[in-house]
Amino acid sequence: MTRIFTSLWKSRQARVGMGLLLFFFLMAFVGPFLVGDPLAFDGRPLLGPSAEHWLGTTGQGQDVLAQTVVGARTTLLVGLITGSLVVLIGALVGGLAGTLGGKTDDGLSLLINIFLVLPGLPLMVVLAAWLPAGPVSMCAVLVLTGWAWNARVLRAQALTLRQRDFVAAAQVSGESWIRILFVEILPNMTGLMVSSFIGATIYAVGAQVGLEFLGLGDLGVVSWGTNLYWASNDQALLTGSWWTFVPTGFCIALLGFALTLINFGLDAVTNPKLAHPQRVGPTPFIPSAVTPSPVSRAAKP
Amino acid sequence: MKAAAGWLARRLGFYVIAAIVAVVLNFLIPRLMPGDPASVLFARFQGDLDPEAIEGLRKTFGLQDAPLHEQFYSYISALAHGDLGLSVAYFPTPVSEVLGEGLMWTGLLAGGAVLISFVLGSSLGALAAWKKGGPLDTVLPPLLAFLGAFPYFWLAMLAAWVFGFQLDWFPLRHAYADNLAPSFSWPFIQSVISHAFLPALTMVLVSLGGWLLAMRNTMIGVLGAEHVRYAQARGLTPRRILVHYAARNALLPNVAGFGMALGFVLSGALLTEVVFSYPGTGLLLLTAVRGQDYPLLQGLFLAITFAVLSANWLVDVVTVALDPRTRT
Repeated sequence: MTRIFTSLWKSRQARVGMGLLLFFFLMAFVGPFLVGDPLAFDGRPLLGPSAEHWLGTTGQGQDVLAQTVVGARTTLLVGLITGSLVVLIGALVGGLAGTLGGKTDDGLSLLINIFLVLPGLPLMVVLAAWLPAGPVSMCAVLVLTGWAWNARVLRAQALTLRQRDFVAAAQVSGESWIRILFVEILPNMTGLMVSSFIGATIYAVGAQVGLEFLGLGDLGVVSWGTNLYWASNDQALLTGSWWTFVPTGFCIALLGFALTLINFGLDAVTNPKLAHPQRVGPTPFIPSAVTPSPVSRAAKP
Repeated sequence: MKAAAGWLARRLGFYVIAAIVAVVLNFLIPRLMPGDPASVLFARFQGDLDPEAIEGLRKTFGLQDAPLHEQFYSYISALAHGDLGLSVAYFPTPVSEVLGEGLMWTGLLAGGAVLISFVLGSSLGALAAWKKGGPLDTVLPPLLAFLGAFPYFWLAMLAAWVFGFQLDWFPLRHAYADNLAPSFSWPFIQSVISHAFLPALTMVLVSLGGWLLAMRNTMIGVLGAEHVRYAQARGLTPRRILVHYAARNALLPNVAGFGMALGFVLSGALLTEVVFSYPGTGLLLLTAVRGQDYPLLQGLFLAITFAVLSANWLVDVVTVALDPRTRT
């Protein structure tokens, strides 16, 4: 991990991304102590930005700045927790399929591919509509619909690792497959798992905001998604009150951009082929999880 | 040709399995949820609906006291007849009827936007890789990555506010002007295009970066391949090498990714529709969520899933047509 971080620091893109990420962490975990109560009705509805309310007020007369800052906490927490769970499941399912091969791999691959091909948002909406609203349900829905992409990527990596000599040596010396999976294969995928985690977090933030925008979150909790829900509910577009939806959306985009930048940096570190493509001899295309492919890039509704 | 047919048949088998999983999920989700869905559902609608509608709901869900396998049997036989129950929000219109029109508009808007984005993104990606390190390669990817980080629907809100509300260049809501009747006349088509322009534009902008980067990275690999160097050695024009030797090969993985990405892109399209009140499946989804129209919600899930699976199979057919290796 330290090795990944030091080499990551050499990339300018990754440094910018990590700086931005730090800003959002401060905003989410220190910021709420600096701003007022986001749910207090402390102004006339739909006031434009002023000295008193830097980013104006919502349709209910609440402070937009306070809502944006406090919203970061819920959104970031749900995003990070979902991201970790998604990678955990992905590593277990993908690692298991890649390590064991054979029938297990066939079965798990089929499961992964089915979850990949089912359209995410409608499934999420159906699940979220039936579950009681709240952060736990939100995480559950996002994990259930989002684990497959990472599992697929990590399976492919485990599959190539399994053919390496050190794994063969471990097999010959009679190590159990559990030990091979946890000691030989998974530790060698840390780089990929870190980038998968970042990708999964981007997905989780986007999907969470989308679901809450539809009104499927806990509307009593301040988060970036519910901010946008209320902005749209209070007819922000027809009243021209841009300040109710621009700050939140901009933060979401900036957070996603920061994470993408870090992944670009990681990409250059873990995949030298992309940084210096070989001009001699055929270069096989290596579908890399680190590269934002259309699938992982578009993974957010 | 035989190998290709076998491969297509296997793919078809996979999509059939995926469809079966969707059908089973659709049956199980309401029944596995915490609490007793039947009583929750009926408690919500107590007094709001006439007994006839409640009876319809009960029938749709098979949420009777019958054992699970009997419920499943009645669910499947209703589904086989295209009977998805009655919509609550549009009572007493059958869900299948409500779905039809929504699917058509989503197909038009999302399908068009995806195609434009794919063609444009792949071309730009090929050019960026061709001139690696050039202006196109250094400026576009980060810019589009930044645009791609915005939530679809938020960019849509911004576009609606700037171009629809402030500048009044484009209509803000619906798929065509209220004073026109659907027909194959020029004013109607013009109205449809102007209504679809802004939502389509936001979708293209957000998804363009993904196609561009994927194409660029594949192209870089292909450009280092032997056959491209051979083409260079033969003194072919750069244009011919770019189009016929490199881009053509690099496109294949992108086409395969196209099918996979479809579901994700569609998710974004649904939310964009909500912002523009575009009468597609996205808006229906919102109506179903807000009105707690569970029959419509379940029907939407099935219909969208089937549409995506069919589109995926079409992409497979295109892949076979493009890739001579699968035809031998």
